[in-house]
Amino acid sequence: MKPGSTRTKRDPLRTVLGWLVGIGMSFPVFWMALAAFKTEQDAAAIPPKFLFAPTLENFVAMSERVNYFHHAWNSIVVSFASTLIAIALAAPAAYVMAFHASKFTRALMLWMLSIRFMPAVGALIPIYLILVALNLIDTRFALVVITCLSNLPLIVWMLYSYFKEVPAEILEAGRMDGARPLRQLWYLLIPLTLPGIASTGLLGMILAWNEAFWCINITATNAGTLALAIASFANSEGQFWAKLSAASLASIAPILVFGWFTQRQLVRGLTFGAVK
Amino acid sequence: MTALALKNIHKQYGPVVAMKGIDLQVQPEEFIVLVGPSGCGKSTLLRMIAGLEDITSGELYIDNVLMNDVEADARGLAMVFQSYALYPHMTVADNMGFALKMAGVPKEERRQKVLAAAKILQLEKLLDRTPRQLSGGQRQRVAIGRAIVRRPKIFLFDEPLSNLDASLRVQMRIELAELHRKLKATMIYVTHDQTEAMTMADRIVVLRDGVIEQVGSPLELYNRPANTFVAGFIGSPKMNLLSAEVVEQKEGTAQMRIGESSFLTLPAHAGLAQGRTLTVGVRPEKLQQDAAGSISGVVAVVEHLGGETLCYVDIAPGIRLTVKLEAMSTVQVGDRTRLALEPGAALLFDADGKAMH
Amino acid sequence: MSATVVNHAGARRQKRGMKVWPLLLPSVSVLLVWMIVPLVMTIWYSLQNYNLQSPPAQFGGLSNFEYLFTDPDIPIVVWNTLLLVFGPLVVTVCLGMAFAVLYDGPFPGRGIARLLVITPFFVMPTVAALVWKNLFFHPVWGLLSWVEKLFGLQPIDWFSSHPMVAVIIIVSWIWTPFATLILLTAMQSLDREQIEAARLDGAKAVSRFIHVVFPHLKRPISVLVMLETIFFLSTYAEIYVTTMGGPGTATTNMPFYIFSRALQGFDVGLASAAGLFAILIANVVAYFFIKRISEHL
Repeated sequence: MKPGSTRTKRDPLRTVLGWLVGIGMSFPVFWMALAAFKTEQDAAAIPPKFLFAPTLENFVAMSERVNYFHHAWNSIVVSFASTLIAIALAAPAAYVMAFHASKFTRALMLWMLSIRFMPAVGALIPIYLILVALNLIDTRFALVVITCLSNLPLIVWMLYSYFKEVPAEILEAGRMDGARPLRQLWYLLIPLTLPGIASTGLLGMILAWNEAFWCINITATNAGTLALAIASFANSEGQFWAKLSAASLASIAPILVFGWFTQRQLVRGLTFGAVK
Repeated sequence: MTALALKNIHKQYGPVVAMKGIDLQVQPEEFIVLVGPSGCGKSTLLRMIAGLEDITSGELYIDNVLMNDVEADARGLAMVFQSYALYPHMTVADNMGFALKMAGVPKEERRQKVLAAAKILQLEKLLDRTPRQLSGGQRQRVAIGRAIVRRPKIFLFDEPLSNLDASLRVQMRIELAELHRKLKATMIYVTHDQTEAMTMADRIVVLRDGVIEQVGSPLELYNRPANTFVAGFIGSPKMNLLSAEVVEQKEGTAQMRIGESSFLTLPAHAGLAQGRTLTVGVRPEKLQQDAAGSISGVVAVVEHLGGETLCYVDIAPGIRLTVKLEAMSTVQVGDRTRLALEPGAALLFDADGKAMH
Repeated sequence: MSATVVNHAGARRQKRGMKVWPLLLPSVSVLLVWMIVPLVMTIWYSLQNYNLQSPPAQFGGLSNFEYLFTDPDIPIVVWNTLLLVFGPLVVTVCLGMAFAVLYDGPFPGRGIARLLVITPFFVMPTVAALVWKNLFFHPVWGLLSWVEKLFGLQPIDWFSSHPMVAVIIIVSWIWTPFATLILLTAMQSLDREQIEAARLDGAKAVSRFIHVVFPHLKRPISVLVMLETIFFLSTYAEIYVTTMGGPGTATTNMPFYIFSRALQGFDVGLASAAGLFAILIANVVAYFFIKRISEHL
């Protein structure tokens, strides 16, 4: 029985509280969104102004000052590339774990998950030194590789969980029809799990987009993503919140949209199935 | 040359033995049915033939070529799954043509072959539909069509009719039998339904607990079952298996007591020593109402099926005989009745359940 | 009659199961390198006296570890790390539970309200921290100072006087939606019939919660706690953007300590030793979590 849907009883307390909490939690974001359209004076005004004349001057200034588009492009490239590569690497592995399971594959999956939990700081120094030695500091390439590897276990896990939903008999029929594993994957499994793969991709991109740790430490003006841009913008332009808000809003807007669509996958993915 | 040969096939899952000592030879164009209760290993055996399961030990030959280590996608077999396992995202035409596509057959040739197979199964109008848009019976046909298109050496069927409703099942049974005649193909068919086995098979393989109990033609199994299990499994309604005590043996006949005041008279047999107890098998259709019959009992339940009447007669406390009477029978619950057995229709089984001939 | 479609004469002969190993290879080998190389290097460097400003590295034995455990900053760092784990943990779990209960029942516009509640989680941590820093916590222009003045109080400079509290608030704000989502999902998987039965038995709402709902949630809560612990142990971006670990070491946790020693102090050896320590702790927590979820595979 779907919880709550059969009863139409109106609960005024719950309604009020539910809305209060929702508005309260998202208030900071909305407040920032408002500030993005204010002039600096309006943004800094005390008492805070809720009514004001909106302006787009911040967005204009932002693209000049902070080299916004360059960093936005980096964010897009890194998120996209790292996720795509991760899916390409993960799909065959997830296929094996889903349809040719054994004690070994189970242990493998657990090992992969344990890597996910290792603090990034543990790898910071070695990676940093390696990148310096290879002259890869502040390159998109390095960031793509590192982001891809960081998210790979999670992506394998999510693809695995979606693949498992396909009845094994369909792949067996494919086998009998002469399809070897890679062809089963390409012609049968992937078309049947496209929605799941899309959600996984979406989640991967969100995580890559928001990724700040590696970005701050191994990239700078050349390959820095928006996460870095905001961080450095904060230090240099700390007093100009209207502009900061504009830059911030522009940085998070796409992900907010993605995020709204993927909330269920979030639970499934990040808890590794421990919560249904 | 045999189409399929199994030599001493063993299957183990870790310490658990699932099948042992399986020996079987299948001739080309034969229709073989593997039948048995759930858990007997019939599906496992089929899957081992298909290559979807490993063979722990023993040898599998297809067309006299050893196939143990050959991958499922390279054995030249086609399988129809119980759930049909159609590709949900492809049209009927693509479903049927998939194997050809995997083999690299060019598009035009694929189309023609698919059309030819579709005609055999009356699927031409459905070629552009997806499985979701088909009924159960139609899906089943597509599954069969998918197998036909490949012209495999052997067709494998894994309980294909069990998901259909009763009337469709009867119709499909006939169609499958006709298909077999038309295609002249070797077919191995798994089912738990002994009616399907009896009506469709050239030969039946009865399995129980991973072991072959008997192999033979339907009539062989019906008339000369090798043990009580096969005797009770084949034939509907189920054969009456009674514990009988030899009362006396003289003048070429033996008299056996099967109930308080019920007796059977059988031809003398070496194994019938006075006082010995063994099992006697009597088919419901071989019993008739006979005022002079040697079996006496009280009618407990009557089932009128229209074309025939089934009658359950208690001949002793806890011993109930199933009797098949003709449709017009006027027998009533509570009647005292006497039954006679058709001469020579009794089967004898020893204490281990093995047939005594 | 056309020839058999499948070529069985030249059939592939391979031991079954061998066939699919190559498919695992790309991801496994890549992850293996990703795991082993940094680990080995970290262990190596932790045993060296290596300062990037005065190479080369010299073998230092366990001197880094000695220094680590005698550094007067370390107790503060460890304490801060613990605070930054347990603080947000308590807040997110309690609030998450409360919100989950709230959103479990229907009300008009629930879907939208729910979306609003989970918004913070998708905001970049750097942006989230900045929003709070400038628009709320700022002693002059922040919203909170305006509110405080309304009540006649002196506005607080959060990041000077209560930096840890401020950071904890930020982290909690970001992660409460996560906790809410998880607990809400878990709640909605609860068999409604149990609650109905309890109701028929005369149980009031509160005791229904305590005796029926809560036991069902024990498991998801433990999953949530473990997961959040792992993530909170590596809190970094929020600190970088607001306090840079300060004032002094007031908000320096383990990751930040390593960062400051390595990339600001250039002391690779010491930072590596600290890194090993962090890895060890993370491993311990991860072990328990993995055990729990391995049942689900």
